[in-house]
Amino acid sequence: MSQVQFQAELQGAAATAGSAAQMPAQKPALGYWQRAFRHIRKDRITVFAFFLLLLITLLSIAAPWIGKLLDVDPNTTQLLKRMKPPSSEHLLGTDDVGRDVLIRLLYAGRVSLLIGVLAALTAFVIGVTCGLLAGFYQKWVDDAINAVIQTTINIPLLFLLILLSVIFRPGIGGLAVILGLLSWQGNARQIRAAVLSVKGHDYIDAARVLGSKDGRIMWRHIFPNVTSIVLVVTGFDVAGAILAESGLSALGLGIQPPMASWGNMLAKSFQYATKAPWLVISPGVMIFLTVLSIFLLADGIRDALDPRIS
Amino acid sequence: MGRFIVRRVIQSFFLILGITLITFVITRLAPGGPETMLEDPNIRPEYIAQLRAQYGLDQPVYVQYVKWVGNMFQLNFGRSFEDNRPVISKIAERVPATLQLSLAGYLIGLLGIPLGIQAALHRGRIIDSIVRVFTVLGQAIPHWWLGLMILIFTAPFGIFPLAGMGSPNAEHVVLERLHHLLLPSLISAMSGWIVYSRYMRSAMLDVLGQDYVRTARAKGLQERKVMNHAVRNALIPIITILGGSLAGFFSGSVLLETVFSWPGMGRLAVEAAFKRDYPTVMALTVIFSFLVIVGNLLADIAYAYIDPRVRY
Repeated sequence: MSQVQFQAELQGAAATAGSAAQMPAQKPALGYWQRAFRHIRKDRITVFAFFLLLLITLLSIAAPWIGKLLDVDPNTTQLLKRMKPPSSEHLLGTDDVGRDVLIRLLYAGRVSLLIGVLAALTAFVIGVTCGLLAGFYQKWVDDAINAVIQTTINIPLLFLLILLSVIFRPGIGGLAVILGLLSWQGNARQIRAAVLSVKGHDYIDAARVLGSKDGRIMWRHIFPNVTSIVLVVTGFDVAGAILAESGLSALGLGIQPPMASWGNMLAKSFQYATKAPWLVISPGVMIFLTVLSIFLLADGIRDALDPRIS
Repeated sequence: MGRFIVRRVIQSFFLILGITLITFVITRLAPGGPETMLEDPNIRPEYIAQLRAQYGLDQPVYVQYVKWVGNMFQLNFGRSFEDNRPVISKIAERVPATLQLSLAGYLIGLLGIPLGIQAALHRGRIIDSIVRVFTVLGQAIPHWWLGLMILIFTAPFGIFPLAGMGSPNAEHVVLERLHHLLLPSLISAMSGWIVYSRYMRSAMLDVLGQDYVRTARAKGLQERKVMNHAVRNALIPIITILGGSLAGFFSGSVLLETVFSWPGMGRLAVEAAFKRDYPTVMALTVIFSFLVIVGNLLADIAYAYIDPRVRY
């Protein structure tokens, strides 16, 4: 089973965090987010995950400058220096056409992280919209959206991805949108459930009596109550998209070289596994550390936003 | 119960139709669809016309769809663009390999259930922590990459064969096959361990807090019998997950089969994708979706059958 699927299950617990979100904080002096921030500061694992993710992100963003500083280019091939193991000159060795693995790893981070974030944003927009509409209007709108969800989650993700990537040959943006289009169902379900639990409250009726239109009620009165769930779910979506991209690109069907992504750096690793293990180890470690830090961070935020845990 | 089954079967039928529609629309209406294969200037026009007629591309799109779906229900998935063989026979060749790997992985993955029970029974103790750390790490690591790493680091000792299913002419065919199956199926089982142990742990903790468990203990029932009550009830919600986890399980098989050079249906999908063999990729997508839907259907029926409180 791919990991993407069971993040959706992980998110299940996020719903409880959200439905409790409307409870007032115990000390009125502290706001909801302030209280959460204090909680997180004391949670060492979450703080560690945050700084690890920050480090990976900053190193990736700084890749061009690091490249200039060290005078290496991610796409310059050196045929005489093919498949060299790590040395003082090339800290992580060189690949099958003599490119420096370390600098490619940093550039690849830009691509992989960007895809993760863009895909999660796409899933966020579709998921929030569908979830709000389904929960708010119920009846046939709910049924229609549910039918789409039921149909699409039954298709094994990777097969559809393979089909789509062969047909569209997508770049970064295209792949991110495709991944987002295939992973919004969890968001929609979580938000729908949260909307249903918020909808019956008096303040919604009060807003309606005051003449608010549906759109305003959804956006100004319901959405703020589900932000905590949305935040956590979106975090898991970023991780899921990074894992999906890495799998697809490793098969040679995602991001195409010479552009580097952590996934496509592993594309030839199946052949070189025993000959040049350094080519296999470093991109995988980056994927692992990034996804792990996102998981831990999202988990920590979920706990911090749950007023029942003190 | 009967009405519930009929309703779910009808629902599943429409789900399958929906999936065929999505698959068809993606391939036929997209730029770079099968039509582009025929735009080769080196092919004579009359031959192109013949090809179009052969693949049914000269008919209106909705006719193509209805024919495609109609044929599919008779297990006719058309002919491969690659070698013009019937898609169904290309796929049929790969079924045993995938079946062996998936079944082994699925069964070994069920060990996650006792793992979750132990974690719940020793909540907060060392075994609980170990299961928890394993779950978190296991979710963040790409399993196919982990398989590759194990291959790299065990290669000098020759513990696991590097690739394939083993020679069919080996002296001990069954042993050789099992040896080749060992690492891929363990990796394939990982997701089962992770998902089932986590769900089983929380289901078990739920049940252990119920009044009837306290009553059973209060009346002096042996702890072993109390556990018997508890585990049976905790297993009920797991049934839905056994069906629901299929989609991800099949997705994972694509990468595992590629890493371990396992000649199954997942690897066929990748090979077909590179050759732009649309009929094969489409057929595989529909077949695997069908299996997922049937898996979910069976899980739901089993759930309704076992838990009399569930009535839809």
